[in-house]
Amino acid sequence: MSRSDDIWILGIHMTKFGKHPDLDVVDLGAQAILGALADAGVTMREIGVLAAGNLFGSGSIAQQLQKQVGQTGIPAYNVSNACATGATALRTAIMAVKAGEVDYGLAVGVEKLAGAGLLGAGGRAKSDGEEWTRSGRFGAVAPVDGRIGTEAMPGVFAQIGMEYGHRYGGTSFELFARISEKNHGHSTLNPLAAYTKAMPLEQIMNDVMIAYPNTRPMCSANCDGAAAAVVVNGETLRTLSLEQQRRAVKVSASVLTSDPWQESCQILPDVNTLTRNAARQAYEQAGVGPQDLDLVELHDCFATAELVHYDNLMLCDEGGAVDFFESGAPFRDGRLPVNVSGGLQSKGHPISATGIANIWEVCQHVRGEGGDRQIEGAKIGLAHVIGLASACGVHILERSSLAA
Amino acid sequence: MSTVTRIPFVDYLVLEPEPHLIAYECTGCGARYFDRRNACAGCFGTEFTTADVPTEGEVRAFTIVTFAAPGVDVPFVAAVVDCGGTSVRGNIINCPPDPEHVSLGMRVRLATTVVGTDSAGVEAINYGFEPA
Repeated sequence: MSRSDDIWILGIHMTKFGKHPDLDVVDLGAQAILGALADAGVTMREIGVLAAGNLFGSGSIAQQLQKQVGQTGIPAYNVSNACATGATALRTAIMAVKAGEVDYGLAVGVEKLAGAGLLGAGGRAKSDGEEWTRSGRFGAVAPVDGRIGTEAMPGVFAQIGMEYGHRYGGTSFELFARISEKNHGHSTLNPLAAYTKAMPLEQIMNDVMIAYPNTRPMCSANCDGAAAAVVVNGETLRTLSLEQQRRAVKVSASVLTSDPWQESCQILPDVNTLTRNAARQAYEQAGVGPQDLDLVELHDCFATAELVHYDNLMLCDEGGAVDFFESGAPFRDGRLPVNVSGGLQSKGHPISATGIANIWEVCQHVRGEGGDRQIEGAKIGLAHVIGLASACGVHILERSSLAA
Repeated sequence: MSTVTRIPFVDYLVLEPEPHLIAYECTGCGARYFDRRNACAGCFGTEFTTADVPTEGEVRAFTIVTFAAPGVDVPFVAAVVDCGGTSVRGNIINCPPDPEHVSLGMRVRLATTVVGTDSAGVEAINYGFEPA
């Protein structure tokens, strides 16, 4: 059986991000799935494969969701890839469609994180009254986090931004805070964001310091949320209604990378090389370059991270991320708007949902359905996500030219 | 006969004669690691030798952590130090934890600090880096 190679997003949905005390992880995931199916104009009957991601729940989220939205006996994959879990679920569905095994695939990512504290840090201190015993791959007699560097995410990503500053210069606490100010400003137009208040620079800089130079509003917001997408191959799409063909969004590139070995990548995670590799592959697959993009949603898990990804995604010349920001380019009225959703710092970061929610945002714009925050005339957008340590997903999405 | 009263916090810290770090060095490609290895992530080789890591270096990245997991004293400075081409993770110690005293590119040297003493009276000694 031969199928056309092109892959399309037929329907996609994102729940409101924020606090959902009355909904459990299955409620949220089901809401995203039912929304995506309705948006696609299909039912679980058509879906040939399900890939689902959830990191902090009780496991087997795919089957838990099937029990609520439709048990049809299709293969269900439970995927886990840190903050890139959503993108990995989508890649899994896309691979099955692309392989010609199924015509329609469904991917969902869901997380309940509201009230969760610092992520990434861990380890018990040595309990008194015992003798030192060695454990782990470093043969440490007590947890190394905090005693040999930091494993908590705000500090890890702070160092990643500082390392960029050391290499190229031009960074400062204030610069990183201004990146956060931009994203909080963008969030005021996004009703689905967890936080939708603009924050003045002074307020951001004077807020609680978590890991210098990242203050609290410069860190991604833990919250609840889900996102889901239905993908279809081009041949099947062309048999559907003109409305479905017009609203479908072309997946011009779908790439997932892990980090190739580099000196120091096991000391401080190297989020740069694998993102650069993913971007390069994605531009090649899509046959477009960074200059062709109308908007970018990138993984601003911390203000310090956004800066390095301007460079990694080649939105600027190598070493030119500070100049790119200073030029005003990544503001919503700039040359290449970045994170018009508000980004993870204000939209929120329900981990497994993030890698589909960023694609939802780009789809809204290229479909011309972005409402108050529509980037006028947007045709092509890029969505980027990264999870430590490490997985990077890059998708390039284009407006449909079918049934025009 | 003397009993051991000091032990290194991690396997890759050597206390005598002078405190220094050792790395597992891949005999195939020279990649260095601090953790117990199964194979080389760079060239897939399985032969390693032990190499002494220079005790002086330059701060390539740092952060000042003010919120951490329970049991971790804050604030502390976490850093990546370039020790003659080998990247090392460690805290900056013997230095006020603020951006006026810690800077990118600053020269540091290995120093030791006592983590604690167990019920048998054994001190665990950790390493950090102090301004050189």
